[in-house]
Amino acid sequence: MGIPLAVLLRMGWRNLWRNYRRTLIMLAAITTGVWAMIFMSAIMRGMVDDMVQTAVGNLPGHIQIHHPEYLDDPSIANSMPPPDQALREALAHPDILKWSSRVRVPAVITSEHDTRGVTLVGIDPEAESGLSSVADAVVSGRFLHSAQDRGLIVGRKLLNNLKTRVDRRVVVMSQDPDNQIIDRGFRIVGVFEAELESTEQAFIFAGRKTVQSLLNMGDRISEVVVLGRSYRDVQALAPLEQAAGAGREVLPWYELDTYLGTMLSTMDGFVWVWIVVIFLALSFGLVNTLAMAVFERAREIGLMQALGMRPFMILSQVLLETLLLLAIGLITGNLLALLSIALTQEGIDLSMVSEGMQMMGASQVLRPALLPGDVLLADAVVIVLGLLAGLFPAWRAARQRPVTALSRS
Amino acid sequence: MIYGITLSLAWRNLWRQPWRTWLTVVAMVFSNTLLVFMVSLQFGMYRLMYENSLNMFHGHLQVQAEGYLDEPWMRFSVPGIAALASDLRTAVPEARVSARASAFVLVSSADRSYGVQLIGVQPDFEPAVSTLPGLIKAGRWLSGTAPEAVIGSVLARNLKVQPGDELTFLGSGRDGSFAAAVATVVGVFDSGAADIDRSLIEIPLAAFQDIFSMDGHGHSVVISMPDVFDLDPAKAAIRQSIDDAGLVLHHWDALQPGLRQTVQADMVGSWFMYAVLIALVAFSVLNTQLMSVLDRTREFGIVMALGLKPGRLGRLLLFETAIMAGLGLLLGVALGVAVVLYFQVYGFSYPGLEEAAARFNLPGRIYPSASFASVILGPLVVFAACLAAAVYPIAKLLRMQPVAAMQAA
Repeated sequence: MGIPLAVLLRMGWRNLWRNYRRTLIMLAAITTGVWAMIFMSAIMRGMVDDMVQTAVGNLPGHIQIHHPEYLDDPSIANSMPPPDQALREALAHPDILKWSSRVRVPAVITSEHDTRGVTLVGIDPEAESGLSSVADAVVSGRFLHSAQDRGLIVGRKLLNNLKTRVDRRVVVMSQDPDNQIIDRGFRIVGVFEAELESTEQAFIFAGRKTVQSLLNMGDRISEVVVLGRSYRDVQALAPLEQAAGAGREVLPWYELDTYLGTMLSTMDGFVWVWIVVIFLALSFGLVNTLAMAVFERAREIGLMQALGMRPFMILSQVLLETLLLLAIGLITGNLLALLSIALTQEGIDLSMVSEGMQMMGASQVLRPALLPGDVLLADAVVIVLGLLAGLFPAWRAARQRPVTALSRS
Repeated sequence: MIYGITLSLAWRNLWRQPWRTWLTVVAMVFSNTLLVFMVSLQFGMYRLMYENSLNMFHGHLQVQAEGYLDEPWMRFSVPGIAALASDLRTAVPEARVSARASAFVLVSSADRSYGVQLIGVQPDFEPAVSTLPGLIKAGRWLSGTAPEAVIGSVLARNLKVQPGDELTFLGSGRDGSFAAAVATVVGVFDSGAADIDRSLIEIPLAAFQDIFSMDGHGHSVVISMPDVFDLDPAKAAIRQSIDDAGLVLHHWDALQPGLRQTVQADMVGSWFMYAVLIALVAFSVLNTQLMSVLDRTREFGIVMALGLKPGRLGRLLLFETAIMAGLGLLLGVALGVAVVLYFQVYGFSYPGLEEAAARFNLPGRIYPSASFASVILGPLVVFAACLAAAVYPIAKLLRMQPVAAMQAA
């Protein structure tokens, strides 16, 4: 005897509300679980996003092109010629939003008070805006005007350490390709602020051509930095690799900063583990609730079987009941999670532990980042594993013998 | 006697529905095992983090000139530092004490130059406060006062030097004069912490004072005690010996503010997860106990009509819950401890841990640290939450009217 799905659904729905307290408690549990799955995943994603964006904005870009030896030995000796025709054409790819050439060498900066080791970066100011965060983070003085600009931009923290001010002169020392020590006075024209103090202390910026002539390196550069559409997919990589040829190395950010790269993939694994753990904690209650619901109705189910309802129909009915329960819990859980994420879009203030967050490379305001994939994963895990959990009580209900069930008091 | 009867009644009641009881207990065992393991793992990681990063270089306490911590400026120095260090050794016999001085210099080898931090250390005492001298992988540690240097492994690779090669330092002295010196590399250390291996050179304190016109001054006295969490007695004793003239004593919290906050940020995150887990178990208990009250409505009505006080029935339900929660606690703790013991022998790791751990000077494997507190804390909270979950069913029970209850289906 086949029963139309609509009828089975309606029976499932009514059965669900026969003991509304039990159903409500179970719904509260599912809602809490789903909410925690989605909201917590979004928070963890938000933290990693923030770490990656801070790091990518703080110089690396999404893709970098170097001399093959440069990463191991970031010195002036491992520079390369500026992009040739083929590479320029590859860089015009529609997936590449911006790119820029830089000179990047270790240097020492000395004020009249103190000395610090830094990385001197020679940049093209026009190309840099929007590419690294420095261009938009100059808080006093001015940004560089052109690649020939003779001024110097330093971080706020470094400025304090050197006990100097905008408009003062400092001496920058580095080496030329023949390891001759080169030094030259610069006037500080601007100060930048960064999310991480370590960035403010690590980098100083000058015009690219000024640095090239200071270091006697002609038109050679240290790196080409490329910004794509999103750090999550680095589409432009393959054509760039082809165009760059043998003398250059093309690397995406997650290979440049392996810590961040592994953080990102660890987080993927972690979201999985988190969702499954929460589901397991949920599943015991779910099985229990369904088993009790079926047990209570043993007589009634026996009667239906005696009247000719097939075991498969009983099974489907209990599974449909499970599905309805899960679906309602998922809807409320998803809505609650979306609501919490919307409410915290401004960011959760973590300034109490800001330096700890800095050590991890994240900023002190945490913005949850909702990935559709995570929501799908959470919902799919709950539905699939939830139905699997419902299978056990459903199977027990379906295979009981009508006579025994009916004779039970 | 009365309690004895209630207790055995509670025990029997539980096994009237063995499935329901076991599922609820298993839910508790699951979360208790997880909690014992996770909390022990966390504690193990935190202890490692504190010990490894403090013992590597910073020590537990430091005496510095006032202001040096905020602005590590050459001129904020401690006069007669070697004498002060030996005074402190006498004043606090169990302390390990070593004096340091520090400067930023441009260091040049035959073909490379970098800006680095140069530290003057006492070769005889430094190994007691820092693990770096023990991490020499080529050559040897410093001896005496001759101008020789040990250098980080990444820096050695970048400078292309090995033991026996010469380095030139350029910087400015304490009096603002130009300071230059030549030293022979005698050893290369490999700490695994990229920041330290990339930017640190150590030379004997006497040679440092000579090169930088320090006139007997230094910058910090580093002090390590047997237990990083028990520093107060030592602090009092040290304060007495330095109470003169512009010197301050810094706790490691001030030297490495990120460390404690990293731990705190991590704790906040994990307690959120634990709270969700515990809430789900509580829902499960709430559902089970509510069902068991509703199932027995008639029975409760009859015994109340026979004169049993609702208070005793409430106690019965409380006992039932407590027995279940107790079973969950015992089994969960036993299983959790077994898991912890296993990983204490074999260590715990997951993909990506090694890269993340290197950032905090940790090894790639974590060994959970089980203490009584770390084992019992989580399960106790679960126990309490389960008892709290029984409040609503008990309240329902207390409001029951015998006549209406007996008439219930």
